[in-house]
Amino acid sequence: MSEKYIYSSPRGLSEKIVKEISFLKNEPVWMRDLRLEALKIFFQKKIPTWGVDLSEIDFKSLRYFIRPSEKPALDWKNVPETIKKTFDRLGIPEAEQKFLGGVSAQYESEAVYHNLKKEWKKTGVIFCDTDSALKKYPEIFKKYFGRVVPAADNKFAALNSAVWSGGAFLYAPAGVKISSPLHSYFRINAKNMGQFERTLIIAEENSDISYIEGCSAPAYSKDSLHAGVVEIIAKKGARVRYTTLQNWSKNVYNLTTKRALGEEGSLIEWIDANFGSRATMKYPSVILYGPQAKASIISIALAGGGQHQDTGAKIFHLAPETSSRIVSKSIVKDGGRVSFRGLVKVAKGAKKSRVKVSCHSLLLDKNSRADAYPVIDAAESQTEIEHEAAVSKLSKEQLFYLASRGIKEADGAWLIVSGFVDQFTQELPMEYGAELNRLLRLEMEGSVG
Amino acid sequence: MSFLLAIKNLRVEVDGRRILKGIDFKIGRGQIHAIMGPNGSGKSSLAFSILGHPDYKIKKGGIFFEGKRINGLKTHERAGLGIFLGFQSPLSVEGVSLLSLVKAAEESQNQKYAAKNKNRDVFALRDDLIKNLAGIGLNEEFVMRLVNQNSSGGEKKKLELAQLRFFRPKLAILDEIDAGLDAESLKMAGEIINRLRKKTTVILITHSERMLNIVKPDKVHIMIDGRFNHV
Repeated sequence: MSEKYIYSSPRGLSEKIVKEISFLKNEPVWMRDLRLEALKIFFQKKIPTWGVDLSEIDFKSLRYFIRPSEKPALDWKNVPETIKKTFDRLGIPEAEQKFLGGVSAQYESEAVYHNLKKEWKKTGVIFCDTDSALKKYPEIFKKYFGRVVPAADNKFAALNSAVWSGGAFLYAPAGVKISSPLHSYFRINAKNMGQFERTLIIAEENSDISYIEGCSAPAYSKDSLHAGVVEIIAKKGARVRYTTLQNWSKNVYNLTTKRALGEEGSLIEWIDANFGSRATMKYPSVILYGPQAKASIISIALAGGGQHQDTGAKIFHLAPETSSRIVSKSIVKDGGRVSFRGLVKVAKGAKKSRVKVSCHSLLLDKNSRADAYPVIDAAESQTEIEHEAAVSKLSKEQLFYLASRGIKEADGAWLIVSGFVDQFTQELPMEYGAELNRLLRLEMEGSVG
Repeated sequence: MSFLLAIKNLRVEVDGRRILKGIDFKIGRGQIHAIMGPNGSGKSSLAFSILGHPDYKIKKGGIFFEGKRINGLKTHERAGLGIFLGFQSPLSVEGVSLLSLVKAAEESQNQKYAAKNKNRDVFALRDDLIKNLAGIGLNEEFVMRLVNQNSSGGEKKKLELAQLRFFRPKLAILDEIDAGLDAESLKMAGEIINRLRKKTTVILITHSERMLNIVKPDKVHIMIDGRFNHV
């Protein structure tokens, strides 16, 4: 196996390594200092024990930086058979397969991207990888980086802040509306696939943008830890929709911090699908900072054997007449485990705020487990709160009803599952909805009937 | 005379409880038989046993459809032979429309018969459904509506009848299809059953004298405590 790369940090983490990363990236001093400060915080903070079992992560054996442009190419024959098969069955072209399998660093042929890029440029939209943004747009970058997710937020946000690389940077000037979601490029760009990617989105007043990351193919990674950070700032009246459809390979710990800040009258939507990984901890959050700001967090998670999806949502109502909606759907099978954590806080003075939380789990067998930990903490009495939670099992009676119409058990189970997630699927652009369905169907095979 | 369905000395248990205690039953093609009897006497259990509900364990006896023993077949295979059960309490499935239900049914069945029978496209299915819904007085909105969700008792029964018309089975077992229907709808249901008669044999489980006046069954069976009380 040939691994060629110009620089790869030694295993483990130290001040020296962080300085080296910053030096190799030719970063300004402030960023280097921010990284070093974040590293201190990372060392100070204890590993959280309230969520998934993280005790097997060996931080000392990980590599924290591999120069992105020189990402080591894996040998195609070393990509596991199961993953290759999945690519085939999802109908992904071979060139894209090789990219997704980590074999090729770049996937060419993006005519579509270039056309779109022209369209964005006319409007003044900036859309590039985060490393380039730091160099090309230092003022905007410095003003917003780490404002919504500071390094001290949690151990993994600190880790990301210390060693981040890659990710997307998106800036929409005031009043700009982009009708199609920005995704066709980053979906297949190696730089976005980093272990510690950092994404920063700034939507100026009354702008309207949506961003999609990921695809249904398993993101095969030799690296066992993924700790990303996504920050969104929506100014007055802006609308931002962020859609994630990711399917990590089953050795990965996915510990990602996603948070958005919404000013007056803004709308922030997180659409979040969690597949794969060994364990995931991810709770997209919105801080409703200005009056009449709105948030919507819609997620699905699927956990199979040996997997634990600990996901949810957090909303902070800090201003009057703010409203939020959380919809969570999780499916668990083959002895897997899902946990939903929903935290909604309504601050004193956030009068006439509205909160709606619903979380539903579907258990496909007896060995699987689903838990919900919803917390609604309202310090303001003039708040309208709706909450519902339910765990259901794959119902024998429903399957019998469907079978009586000629639907065989496996197809009936699939119908029940696809109906269960329908509310989520409807939020996706059509081609992504179709991908999600293919992925779900693949995951369902062999588990029922 | 060859019988479409013949049941011989059928004994069925659920969770170790004896539910059917030796049922003998025969129905010829094109006939309509009614089954009456008190609640809990085993009428629905017989219907579930004919369709092969996994909880209904056959301890003895046999079910023969078109001369073949079907005891060992799965529910969807029995449906595939042309047996339809109209449920007393039709179930809803979250997020599933009538169209996706019949589409799944066609796909399931055609996996087996792929060579001779191609799946119709979704528009052809939709048109077929609309026609069958109209026949029972439901508008086309029900095609995309979630099946049996947010529907009244009467609407659910009508949806069962629309599916009966759609699937065109050889044998239809209709379990209290009249319950929940108003007088006018009941009359319409009875007329639909009468019209089906040429192609579909019907077993009608009912408490309704009025239904029997419209349908005029060839034979009425009375079930008491898991047995037919044949006079």
